[in-house]
Amino acid sequence: MPITLALAGNPNCGKTTLFNALTGSTQHVGNWPGVTVEKKEGSLKGKRDVTLVDLPGIYSLSPYSPEERVSRTFLLNNNAGAVISIVDASNLERNLLLTTQLLELGIPIVVALNMMDVVEKNGGHIDAAALSRRIGCPVVPISALKGKGLKELGDTALSAAKGGIAPPPLAFDGEVETALQTIQGLIHGLVAPARERWVAIKLFERDEDILSQTALDPQQREVLANTIAACESSLDDDAVSLITDQRYRAIAHLTEGCIARAQGRPSISDSIDKVVTNRYLALPIFAVIMFLVYFLSVTTIGSMATDWVNDSLFGEFLPGALTGWLESIHCADWLISLLVDGILAGIGAVLGFLPQMLVLFFLLAVLEDSGYMARIAFILDRLFRRFGLSGKSFIPMLIGTGCGVPGIMASRTIESPADRRMTVMTTTFIPCSAKLPIIALIAGALFGGAWWVAPSAYFVGIAAIILSGILLKKTKLFAGEAAPFVMELPAYHLPGLKGVLVHMWERGKSFVKKAGTIIFLASGLVWLLSSFNWRFEMVEETQSMLADIGGVIAPLFAPLGFGDWRAAVAMVTGLVAKENVVSTFGILYGFAEVAEDGAEIWANLQAAFSPLAAYGFLVFNLLCAPCFAAIGAMKREFGSARWTLFAVGYQTGLAYTTSFCIYQLGTWISGGGFGLGTAASLVVLAGFLYLLLRPARRTPQSLATT
Amino acid sequence: MIKSLRQITCGQTVTVSRVQGEGALKRRMMDMGITKGCRITVQRVAPLGDPIEVMLRGYALTLRKADAEAILVEGT
Repeated sequence: MPITLALAGNPNCGKTTLFNALTGSTQHVGNWPGVTVEKKEGSLKGKRDVTLVDLPGIYSLSPYSPEERVSRTFLLNNNAGAVISIVDASNLERNLLLTTQLLELGIPIVVALNMMDVVEKNGGHIDAAALSRRIGCPVVPISALKGKGLKELGDTALSAAKGGIAPPPLAFDGEVETALQTIQGLIHGLVAPARERWVAIKLFERDEDILSQTALDPQQREVLANTIAACESSLDDDAVSLITDQRYRAIAHLTEGCIARAQGRPSISDSIDKVVTNRYLALPIFAVIMFLVYFLSVTTIGSMATDWVNDSLFGEFLPGALTGWLESIHCADWLISLLVDGILAGIGAVLGFLPQMLVLFFLLAVLEDSGYMARIAFILDRLFRRFGLSGKSFIPMLIGTGCGVPGIMASRTIESPADRRMTVMTTTFIPCSAKLPIIALIAGALFGGAWWVAPSAYFVGIAAIILSGILLKKTKLFAGEAAPFVMELPAYHLPGLKGVLVHMWERGKSFVKKAGTIIFLASGLVWLLSSFNWRFEMVEETQSMLADIGGVIAPLFAPLGFGDWRAAVAMVTGLVAKENVVSTFGILYGFAEVAEDGAEIWANLQAAFSPLAAYGFLVFNLLCAPCFAAIGAMKREFGSARWTLFAVGYQTGLAYTTSFCIYQLGTWISGGGFGLGTAASLVVLAGFLYLLLRPARRTPQSLATT
Repeated sequence: MIKSLRQITCGQTVTVSRVQGEGALKRRMMDMGITKGCRITVQRVAPLGDPIEVMLRGYALTLRKADAEAILVEGT
C-alpha cells in the first residue's frame, strides 16, 4: 500500500540535508497549488511505494506566510500517514514549537533529533528516550550530515504510519487549559475526535477559517466568545499570545531534565559574529566576500569556463566539426544552417552560461550553508528597506550581476510578498553578465573604451532600483504594512561539500529546464526569422523577415536617437539573450562573427550613432524588458501573468522614458536647440519627479493582499 | 522599571514582560520565542545602526529597532 510521509521542520535545521539523504536521487521538484512555493517529493530509499514530501521550512503553523499555509493545508487534509518532525538538537526549545503544533493534528509523529553530534561535541547531552516518553511519540537521534540514524528514522516513521496512532496533544496549564477544556466540550461530536484539540485551540485563537467551518449554534458561539474574553482579561494578554506562551511553557516542562547543556563557553558563532558583523569591520568584510564571489564567478574561473564553452566548444569546435561532416556528406545548405546556426547555436546559448552559473551557484550555496547569507540581510537591512526592499534583496541583485534568471529565482528567500515583488521587478536593472558585451561595444565604439562607461552602467542600474523602489512604494500596489523582519541568524558552520554540490546542481538544473527551453525555442524562432524571407527562401539576414520587422518598429526609437532598423533588430534578438545584441549587429553589418566586444563593427556604429544616442541605446538595453528566460523566471515568481506584464511594461516604459530624456535633454544641453522632443522630455521628467517626491499614500490597509 | 527592548544597551540581559502589538508581526515574534518570562541578551547593533541582534533560548535572532519597541522588558 502506498504511504505518504511528510517532513516538517524549521529553516536551518538540516531538513534539506535529511530529505536528500532519505530520498537519494528520486526527488522531483514542483509547486504547491496556487502559490510559488517549491514542493519537493521523493521516494524513501529502497521503498518505492513510500513517498516523502518535503514541507517548506517554517517556524510555526500560523496562517501568515504562504509556506505556513500550504504546510497547514497539506497536513489538515490528511495527506500524510505520518509526519517526521525534524528538530535541531542544538536549538531545541524553539525547534520544538512547531512540534507542539504538529502534535495537535491527530497524525502520527516521529521526532528526528538532528545534529546530536554537534550537541555532544560541545559537551552537551540530550536523553532521547526520556524526551520520547514525555512527548509520547518516538524520538530518533540522527545526524543528517553524517547519515547516522537514518535507517532507523525511516523504519520508525513507516511503522508509525502503519500503526496510525497519533500522540496525545500537550496539556497546557491554568486558566488557558480550563478554557480549552470548555471549548472542547462545546465542539465535542461536531469535529473528528482526533482534531478536537486542534480545533479548540484554533477557536480560542479566533481563527476565522476554523470558526466558519465549525457548526456552532449562536448560543455556543456566545459561550465561546465569553470563555476567550474571560481568559484574556484574567491573564491580561490576547489569546494568540497566551497559546504561544503556553507552548513554550510546555516545551520547558518537556525538556526539563532531558537536556544537559554545555555551560560557560561562548559559542563559536558568537565569536565569529563579533568580527563579521562588527560595527567597523562588517562592511569591509562584506565587500571583500562580495568581491571574491564576483571575482571567482564573473572575472576568472566562471567566465574562463564560459568563454571556453561559448567561444571554443560552441563557437568553433562543434560548429566546425558538424559543418565539415555535413558538407562531406553533401548535405543541403539550408539543413546545415538549421543544424549549425539554429539548433546547435540554440543549445550553445543555453549551455554557454552554465559553467559560470554553476560557479556562482556553488559560491552562493557556500554562503547560504555557512550562515553568512543571513548576516548579509542583517548588515544591509537598513539600507534596503527604504526602497521597499529587504536586506535579502541584495542577494538576488548580486546574483543578478551574473544572470537575472537565478537572481530572480533567489528572491524566493524573501518572506514578504510586497518585498519579493519589488525585488523581482527591479533585479534585472542590474547589468547581468550578458549585458556586458553591449557595454563593451558601446564603450569601445563610441567612447574610445572610456573607463567610466561600465561603472556608469551599474550606477544607472542601481539608480533605477532605488528610484523605482521609492516610486513604486508610493503606489497602491505596494502600499501597506511593512513586512516583519524578525529573522534567525543561524549558527555558522562549515558547509558540507555534498550539500553544496547538490544545491548547485539543483539550481543549475532548474536553470537549464526553466530558462533553457525558452532560450532554445526563442533563439530557434529568431534563426527562422533572420534566415528566411517572407516566401521562406533562404536569404542573407539583411533581406530577412526580421530585417523587415526591424524596419517597422525602428521609427518608434527615432525620438531616442537610434531609429536605425539594425538597432531595432538587435534589440529584438536581445530579448532572446542580451549577448545576442552584439552578434546581431555584427551580422547586420556583414560580419559572420565578431569578437565579444564587437571590435569589427566599431567603425560602423560610429557612423550610425551619435555618442548620446549610443549611450541612450545602452541605457535602454540595460533597463528594458529582460531576456525571455528572465521574463519566464519573473512569471514563475509572480505566479501571475498580470503582474508579469505589469513588470515588463514598467521596465520597458522606464527604459524608454529614461533613454528619451537622455537623448533629448542631452542634445539640448550640448547645444542642439530646443525642439518639441525637448519639451516633451521636460514634461516626462517633471512627471517622474512628481511621482518620486509626492507624499506617500496613507492607506492603513494593504491593497495588495494576495 | 519597564523599558522596551530598544532601550537596552549591548551586552545586557533582560526578561520579557510583555509583547505589544498585533497581527503577523506579534505572532512572528512570539513564534520565534519572545514570550513572557523569556531571557533576552542584546548582542550587538548592525553596522548601519539598525537592526539589532539578540540572543534568546540559545540562538541568535535579528529584529528592527522599531519592532523591538513593542517588546517590554524588565530587570538588567
